[in-house]
Order: sequence, then structure tokens, then C-alpha cells
Amino acid sequence: MITLPEVLSLAALIFCISVAGIFINRKNVLILLMCIELMLLSVNMNFIAFSHFLGDVHGQVFVFFILTVAAAEAAIGLAILIVLFRKKNSINVDDLRSMKG
Amino acid sequence: MNAELIIALPEITLVVLACMVLIIEAFNNDPQHTLTYWTAQASLLITLVLVFINCPGEATIVFNGGFISDAMSSILKAFMCGISFIVFLYSYEYLKEHQSLKGEYFVLGLFAVLGMMIMASAASLLSVYLGLELLSLSLYAMVAMQRDSESASEAAMKYFILGALASGMLLYGISMIYGLTGHLQLAEIAQAVASDSINRSFLVFGMIFLIIGMAFKLGAAPFHMWVPDVYQGAPTCVTLFISTAPKLAAFAMGIRLLVDGLLPLVSDWQSILMVLAVLSMGVGNVIAIAQTNIKRMLAYSTIAHVGFLFLGFIAGTEAGFSGSMFYIISYALMSMGAFGMIILLGRNGFEAEMLDDFKGLSERSPWFAFVMLCIMFSMAGVPPFLGFWSKWFVLKEVVSSGYVSLAAIAVVFSIIGAYYYLRIVKLMYFDKAESMTAIKSSKQMRMVLSVNGMAILLLGLAPNALMALCIAALAG
Repeated sequence: MITLPEVLSLAALIFCISVAGIFINRKNVLILLMCIELMLLSVNMNFIAFSHFLGDVHGQVFVFFILTVAAAEAAIGLAILIVLFRKKNSINVDDLRSMKG
Repeated sequence: MNAELIIALPEITLVVLACMVLIIEAFNNDPQHTLTYWTAQASLLITLVLVFINCPGEATIVFNGGFISDAMSSILKAFMCGISFIVFLYSYEYLKEHQSLKGEYFVLGLFAVLGMMIMASAASLLSVYLGLELLSLSLYAMVAMQRDSESASEAAMKYFILGALASGMLLYGISMIYGLTGHLQLAEIAQAVASDSINRSFLVFGMIFLIIGMAFKLGAAPFHMWVPDVYQGAPTCVTLFISTAPKLAAFAMGIRLLVDGLLPLVSDWQSILMVLAVLSMGVGNVIAIAQTNIKRMLAYSTIAHVGFLFLGFIAGTEAGFSGSMFYIISYALMSMGAFGMIILLGRNGFEAEMLDDFKGLSERSPWFAFVMLCIMFSMAGVPPFLGFWSKWFVLKEVVSSGYVSLAAIAVVFSIIGAYYYLRIVKLMYFDKAESMTAIKSSKQMRMVLSVNGMAILLLGLAPNALMALCIAALAG
């Protein structure tokens, strides 16, 4: 039987991987978007685990909302990415530093 | 009609009207977008009137504990609508002048206002999250709206990535709090936390993520990286919007999460906020001195002001929270005036975004130099302007809660901060203008900006009415 701490540890691990991905990745903006999705999924896992072990349905409802918002977020993120690519001809994270100070 | 729906009538009306504006925009070929603009403004006014009519005597929670209507939410919503109305007016001027008029600005703006209103009325973690996302997603799109500008798309990308990261952090915190207390409604969370049956260190762990998410959204140091780039890169009308009404919503989120939900943990969040406040005031005020771009400078000034905002929370009393509310409302008024001035001085193909563009403004237009002087003095906290009182109320509460050294640090940093505000006054009054181009703008823009500047002066002369409003908002 899987216990709550096991699921939570897995979710925490995925969460850490995604945060590390955002900060370590210096190559590609697309990978940043993937990391953000991963982050939301790890939170979903947390919610489902809590919801299951508490016997409370609210957590699962929350997950549906997160999934919907994540879809909207991805749409806007990719749209911004396209605008950016048209202007710069690159989606390299290192190229995103025209403003300084 | 259902009583629950009446409580949420302003929001329901706004969402219907915003959809209507969207349809009008889609079927309207007018290059001036006059109809879109006026219907958007009318929607804000109608919502404002409904907020007034709907103003409740006591706090009412509806929609299965998801939505609260109380004095604070009504007052903040009224300010959000009013401020957005003026922001739209400035922005319409800006977009027309720079020939980048797009109706989407107003549509997205209305949805952002809706998100803010939901945040102000959130009674459960789910509605906090949904309101926040509605606001953020609209703002990301608004920043990226000027598609031919490289800096705008870069700013939008940075804003998006860091904003999404912040939402992720906030959500992780929400999931922990939910798991530990078993509730999503803030009032029930407060009860569960107070009952002491829950492991406190896990709760604090979840709360830290909540605070990080909130600090990201507010732009408090050390989570402020996006603020300067977004303020500088975004079109000025969008920067104007981001720096005004959403700050009220972020304040509301702070009150809902920390005070309504996690008040039993007050001693824990006080110490975290203290670190954030000192860092924000330090980073904001010191780095702002080195800036030559006024939008970037105002971005660092925002960070410093957020530090001050936290001081009221740290006081941990109702009076402290009212002080914070007074602070954030007066900050929104000042910021609106400052960015309004940048819009006023800009022309087609030219943004008055460098500090040098303010040189010799007193020769070009003595009146608007005076208005800018009011705004800058107020931001620096010079009496008798509004900004002085906002700092005064917050500091008074911090001292009476016993954090004298924190108040002293805040005063020192605001004296350092005064330098870069007063530098603009010096540029305007004592330097020679580089060009004597006449200021070209419509009569209504001039009039509203003058009223904006004078409001800062007059509210500074009589701050008690606004303060009484803020105290009433948080009483009980």
C-alpha cells in the first residue's frame, strides 16, 4: 500500500526538479515552459494525494481548476514565445538580456 | 433573484459587460476604437455604481464559502474600478498618440479588473488562485501586446516565466495548507490552525511557499527580478496599469491569506515579512539611485514601497493593516500620476522615459512641473503630501507594536530614497530644457492629470477621511 508521505515525497521531488530546471536551464525557453508545466503537475499530485487520504473531494476539484488554468497559461506562454521568436529569431534564454541596470 | 447572485452582482455584471466589449471589438472596424473605449469605461462605471449599491453592512460569505463580501472588499473594489477608469483614460491617450491603438487593451484590462475584484472577495484558497490567475494571464498578454517591440516581448516572456513560477510556488503552499488543515475556506483554515492539533512546522513550511508566491506577485526583494524589466520593457500604458490597481489586489490577497487565513501563525509570518521588508526597502531605494530610465527608476521605487507596505502587516494589528491599506491606495494614486506624466510628455515615436526628458520642464509647462513636483514630493514622503501620511500611519503602528529598530531602518531608507525623487524636481526646476517642444495632449488628459496631482496634495492636507475609510474596512 502506498502511504501519504511516499506520494508527497515524489511530488516534492518533481517540484524540486522543475524549480532546478527553471534556474539551471540557460538554453531554451521551451524547456522553461515544460518546467512550469511539471511544477503544476507536481502540485496536482499533492492535491490528489491529500484529497485521497483525507477523504475530501475539494482537493480533486482544485486539480481540475489547475489543469484548466495550466492550459490557458500554456497558450499564452507559447503565444508570447512566438512573438519573441519573430523579433529575435532565437529562443535562447541568454538572448533575453537587452535590459540591464 | 437568488440572494447569492446579488452579493456577487458587480462581478457578474463586469464579466457580462467585458464579454460584450469583446464582441463589440471583434465586429467593429473603427480605427479609433471609440465604441470599444467608451463601452469599456461605461462597464467600469456601472460596476463601480453596483459596488456602491451592494456595499454590505456586514461580512457575508456565499457560494459554498468561496466568495466574501465585506467592507474591505467593497472599498477596494471601488478604488480598483475608479483607478482603472483613469488608467484607461490615460492609456487611450497614449495608444492614440503612438498609433498602436488596439481594442484588446481594454478587453484584457476589464478581465484583469475582474480578476482583481475576485481576489478582493476571495474567501477560499481556490478563489484566491483563480482571481490571481485571471489577473496575471491578462497582464502577460497586455505586456506582449505591442508585437513590433523587442523589449516588450522580452519583458512579457520574463514576466510570464517568473509569474508562472510564482503561481507554482503559491499553489504548492496552498496544497500543503489544504493537506494539513483539510479545508480550502480561509475561515475554516483559521479555526483549524488555531486549534493547535496540527504540526506547526509543516504549516510554516506551507506558509513560506504562500509568502514566496505573494512576494513574487507584489515584487518584494529578493523576488523582484521581473519588476524593473517589465516596467521598462512594457508599453507605458501597460506599466501604468500594472503599477496601480493590481497592487490593491495584491494587498487584498495578503490580507485574505495572512490575516483571514493564517492569523494564528502571526509570529511566524511577521519574522519572514520583516526580512522581505528590509531587503525590499534597501534594494529598491539604493538601486533606484543608479537608474537613468525613469520607468526603471519607478520600478525600483515600487519595490521600496512594497517594503513599506509590509511594515503595516508586521505591526500585526488591525490599525497596522489599515495603515497598509492607506499606503497601497495612496501609492496607487501617486504611481498613476507619475506614469501619467510620462504619457503626457511622450509624443508619437518618442517616449519620455529618460530622466533627462524631464529637464527644464518648469519652463515648458510650469503647471505640470508643479504637478510632477507634488507627485515626487509625495513619493519621497515630504509633508504635507499624501505620501508622508501613508508612511506616518504605517511607521506609527510599527513603533507602537514595539519594532522601533525596524521603523528606524525604514526611515533611513526612505531618506536615501528621497534623493532620487528630489533629483527629478531638481532636473525640472534648475536644469535647461533640451528641447522646447510644446506639450501636446488632449484637454481631458490635462484635466484628469491635474486632478490626480491635486488629489495627492489635498488628500495630504486632509488625510483623515481616507484613513477613517481604511479603518472601517478592516474593523471587526
